[in-house]
Amino acid sequence: MAERCAVIGVGQTKHAAKRGDVSMPGLVREAAARALEDAGLTWRGIDAVVIGKAPDMFEGVMMPELFLADALGAVGKPIMRVHTAGSVGGSTALVAAYLVQAGVHERVLTVAFEKQSESNAMWALTISVPFQPPVVAGAGGYFAPHIRAYIRRSEAPAHVGMLVAVKDRLNALRNPYAHLRLPDISLEQVAASPMLWDPIRYLEACPSSDGACAMVLTNGDGAKRSPGAPAWVWGTAMRSEPVIAYGRDQVNPRAGRECAADLYGQAGITNPRREIDVAALYVPFSWYAPMWLENLGFAEEGRGWKLVEDGVTAIDGDLPVNPSGGVLSSNPIGASGMLRFAEAALQVQGRAGEHQVDGARVALGHAYGGGSQFFAMWIVGSEKP
Amino acid sequence: MREVAIVSFAQAPSVRRETERNEVEMLTPVIAEAIERSAISRKEIGFTISGSSDYLAGQPFSFVTALDAVGAWPPIRESHVEMDGAWALYEAWVRLQIGDVDSALVYAFGKSSPGDLGEVLALQLDPYYLAPLWPDPVSLAALQARALLESTGYTERDMAEVAARSRRDAQSNPNAQVASDFSVDDLLAEPYLVSPLRKHDCPPVSDSAAAVVLAAGDLARRVCERPAWVRGIDHRIDPHYPGVRNLAESPSAALAAREAGVGDAPVDVAEVHAPFSHQELILRDALGLDGRTAINPSGGALAANPVMAAGLIRIGEAARRIMEGNARRAVAHATSGPCLQQNLVCVLEGD
Amino acid sequence: MSEPVTSIRRPVRLEYDFTAGRAMSRFLLGLAEGRILGQGCPECARVYLPPRGTCPTCGVPAEEEVEVSPRGTVTTFCVVNIPSQVLVVPVPYVCANILLDGADVPIFHLIQECPIEEVRMGLRVEAVWVPAGELKATFESIRHFRPSDEPDAAYDSYREHL
Ligand SMILES: [Zn+2]
Repeated sequence: MAERCAVIGVGQTKHAAKRGDVSMPGLVREAAARALEDAGLTWRGIDAVVIGKAPDMFEGVMMPELFLADALGAVGKPIMRVHTAGSVGGSTALVAAYLVQAGVHERVLTVAFEKQSESNAMWALTISVPFQPPVVAGAGGYFAPHIRAYIRRSEAPAHVGMLVAVKDRLNALRNPYAHLRLPDISLEQVAASPMLWDPIRYLEACPSSDGACAMVLTNGDGAKRSPGAPAWVWGTAMRSEPVIAYGRDQVNPRAGRECAADLYGQAGITNPRREIDVAALYVPFSWYAPMWLENLGFAEEGRGWKLVEDGVTAIDGDLPVNPSGGVLSSNPIGASGMLRFAEAALQVQGRAGEHQVDGARVALGHAYGGGSQFFAMWIVGSEKP
Repeated sequence: MREVAIVSFAQAPSVRRETERNEVEMLTPVIAEAIERSAISRKEIGFTISGSSDYLAGQPFSFVTALDAVGAWPPIRESHVEMDGAWALYEAWVRLQIGDVDSALVYAFGKSSPGDLGEVLALQLDPYYLAPLWPDPVSLAALQARALLESTGYTERDMAEVAARSRRDAQSNPNAQVASDFSVDDLLAEPYLVSPLRKHDCPPVSDSAAAVVLAAGDLARRVCERPAWVRGIDHRIDPHYPGVRNLAESPSAALAAREAGVGDAPVDVAEVHAPFSHQELILRDALGLDGRTAINPSGGALAANPVMAAGLIRIGEAARRIMEGNARRAVAHATSGPCLQQNLVCVLEGD
Repeated sequence: MSEPVTSIRRPVRLEYDFTAGRAMSRFLLGLAEGRILGQGCPECARVYLPPRGTCPTCGVPAEEEVEVSPRGTVTTFCVVNIPSQVLVVPVPYVCANILLDGADVPIFHLIQECPIEEVRMGLRVEAVWVPAGELKATFESIRHFRPSDEPDAAYDSYREHL
């Protein structure tokens, strides 16, 4: 029988294009120390550490958990390192949750980070391997054709991507940790921004950030002793599918649909649109908001854009999506997934500050990676499951 | 804890340089063999996890294409650690404890040949204080060997005995890369590579891949005649800086061994991941192994050391002894990082 | 007091000899002959291009060689406005997913010799090779794709490949 799992501490850094004021150990400690303080624990109170980040080439350090072990108070303890591409922040939190649910540990610190300014992140992603097609267009170049396919299929009006870009940047103004702060953002401004990878405009794409996120996870007994109200884990799920395969639908991936179905089953959710109060979705390019709304069952296929257009996903809407400003406002890649998971926890704890959704009791944290092929999700609630 | 066992193991023979097949092509037959031997169908495997390194492969997201060898369709529950496959096995064991899935596929791949392994591994070091000096792993290991020789009664002869025994045992391991029959005196007559290490004290550079299938409780009994039950598994890490720890000891290995229960009963066989000969001496002491335990009958990492897979192969080799009925209680160990910084210990038992 | 040190430069240069692998090697040798070779899966019969040695959905070796057409359909595309560090193509340029006739998965390649605003989903295109004497076992043997002046493919003919 699996143990219950709860989030009792959340911490994150201020995210910025370059955090030149801290080293890598300083960055992860900043987030971890905040999570520990939040949980009312010291480093000594932690049984194990699970750390995640995207490719090592982003910082130029192979398996950086080895040198970060000291800074994370992991010496003499178990420490694991997860890497599942863009979904890694979510997957890392899930591995930490497994350690608690399996009854192996009582209190687990989980941390995810990226310090992209330490290396040349663009280079790290466009490293040219011989005998691969000589077409290197970056992440935007990979995802833009799928966005075009979504627009064609759903017949969504062209301004939907811009609506998401504006909404998330306005939400970010309520989040003191957000990287981008664009108080003057408007549809006109987004429309006028350069088209990077048509149909993706500059202001419809995520920034590149330095940042870290951390959480303390514990079991039922640990949650009882926690100083604040915990966020209870109602369900966890991960799914993967191959990058290239006949029958793959990159617009509405089967792995994402099945991951959500598994998750809702565990959480006893039959109508996500009605039963989930707030969703923290991994949206690195604005059009992915309507795409994931469909993939996750919040809208019928081809109708996700209507939720955006009708204001349902606004912070005061019926289903607020990314009230923190999301990946479009802060993108320390390895940490981006965990930030979604942490945001879900903060919301049901009622501690999201200015971007708190009133009365949020059930929240979804979502992350995806690779060529829309790796998915990690959890549902947290204010009530014990 | 829920009973979980290793029910099958497969590996590719280690070679110095696999030039014909890429990682996926090396992995495909290994995974197929492990699954076939497990008698659990591919689509029934409940959880899949791998261990590998982007810097070893020389490209970001190198684990993504490796998924092609799995047949991840319909979509599967899957994860990846940027660690030796032994830690992937640990995560699979944890995942099986939760109780909703009953089997797991664990695989690891490591081709060390594409880059210069010494330079690649130098990037594992603290980027601010150590890596700019480009210390290669052999030199760091030599520092450790020197510390061991100076602070204990161990001698270079003890190290050569480890090397001679490992290479001799490797002669009966078809997957080993380096096998030979030399006397200890012959080895000691060789020149130093990096004093006090001679060539035979160091591991070969290897390309290989390995896969293990785990199953829980009744499923394990149903699919395997002699499952290798995981009775204890634990891993710990020491401080990173070689200068702040006593390199002649491995407190993290000792702690992991205690937590895994190595000393609770006699150990028939131990597969210890000691890439350098002196590291076996350190680990024998840390794990509390004595002359009653056969150590590294496969030849160990001195016979084949495919980085990222070598630890998983130790667990697989130890499990194989039990599954084949040649041992009742076995210990497997994996290491990562400079000078044995991180260590995992797994205790396996037959019924 | 002197200024604090906020960063150090540590250039890292690593060289790797990548292994193409058997499947990719056969594909590249095909390009040197002006042929495009995919691989068929013995279980699901789908044709993969470039070949990957295995069928990613079945997880079995897929070694049957299948020559596919140098003509195909643009399933979807994007217009890139960011200069590439490695590609010597002036911006803007078009990257497209192209489903070659006889293959079951699209390849990613450039569309050229066509005004950007005329590139569309369903456009029929053909490979433009380097001159016969310059064919080599590299991807660069195909320079790019260009419109083949056939009628557009119907949306339903490629929608399952999006
Ligand atoms: Zn197939």
